[in-house]
Amino acid sequence: MDNNTHAVIMIVTVAIVTFLLRAAPFIIFGKSGNPPKSIKRLGELMPSMVMAVLVIYCLKDLHFEALSGFLPAIIASIIVVALHVWKRNPLISIGFGTALYMFLIRVI
Amino acid sequence: MKNEFRYALRRTTPVFCGYLFLGMAFGVMLENAGYGILWALFASITIFSGSMQYALVGLLTGGTGIITAAIMTIAINGRYLFYGLSFIEKFLSMGKMCPYMIFSLTDETYSLLCEEKPQDNMNEKRVFFLIASLDHVYWIFGSVLGAFLGSALPFDAKGIDFAMTALFLVIFTDQWLATKDHKPAIIGIVCSLVTLFILGPDKFIIPAMLFGIALLILTDKKRSEKGVKVNG
Repeated sequence: MDNNTHAVIMIVTVAIVTFLLRAAPFIIFGKSGNPPKSIKRLGELMPSMVMAVLVIYCLKDLHFEALSGFLPAIIASIIVVALHVWKRNPLISIGFGTALYMFLIRVI
Repeated sequence: MKNEFRYALRRTTPVFCGYLFLGMAFGVMLENAGYGILWALFASITIFSGSMQYALVGLLTGGTGIITAAIMTIAINGRYLFYGLSFIEKFLSMGKMCPYMIFSLTDETYSLLCEEKPQDNMNEKRVFFLIASLDHVYWIFGSVLGAFLGSALPFDAKGIDFAMTALFLVIFTDQWLATKDHKPAIIGIVCSLVTLFILGPDKFIIPAMLFGIALLILTDKKRSEKGVKVNG
């Protein structure tokens, strides 16, 4: 198998499995067109929980063996939240926070 | 239509920032692995999943088999199993757009749609579709740009992927400020920290979500029972 064929097969496999994962709730609960009440309620409660998990997911590789292992990400995260509470402008919070992080990982 | 488009552009701005850089990072990685613009275009159009596309670069160069690729996709993207739960009726009501809405349900699109409230004089379904498709366009644009610039990136971009962390922090902050009920957020933090310490960084996310969902159901039941007692 040449490299290009292998690459196409890899991409198509990943694409199909990813779509099936996203489609699973619709395949399971979608047929009746009306999911059970408990599922609907869960769907309402989930977003805040999921967002918290995703934040921790992004910070999962921090380590405390050296200052450089956690300090840049922690400082930049605090600044992102503080800026966002203050200005409520996603562009400023994300742009400045990312720039600060890139600076910090080079100096700490 | 104009209204909805302008509104969706504004709503998706933070995702634009994140996807531009994250997409570029993917494009650069792919180009360095020997796969250029067309491959970036193909992968970003058909997969549309950030973390998985980073892993894909390793799959391409490693001579991996289909089964391994499929299992790895389930391990990394298993969290998508739960996202649709928030939008079953909504997406099904969108007719022809439904399959695309399911396909494009990334972490970021999910977050934006969760915050979405009906706007005056706007077709909500159209807004949903525009948010999802704009995000997709940003992602494709970023990754193609990254593959185009490749190693010739005019600056050292190490650490630019922090944009994704910042994006989730911003949405988390928005959600926190928008509600008085912080229990789901706190459950999310506690569950992910506990599972992270027990299982380690590579295996915790799906157990964290399962554990979180279980707690959401259990604690919610208690509250509604209390409500019934007060009413009775």
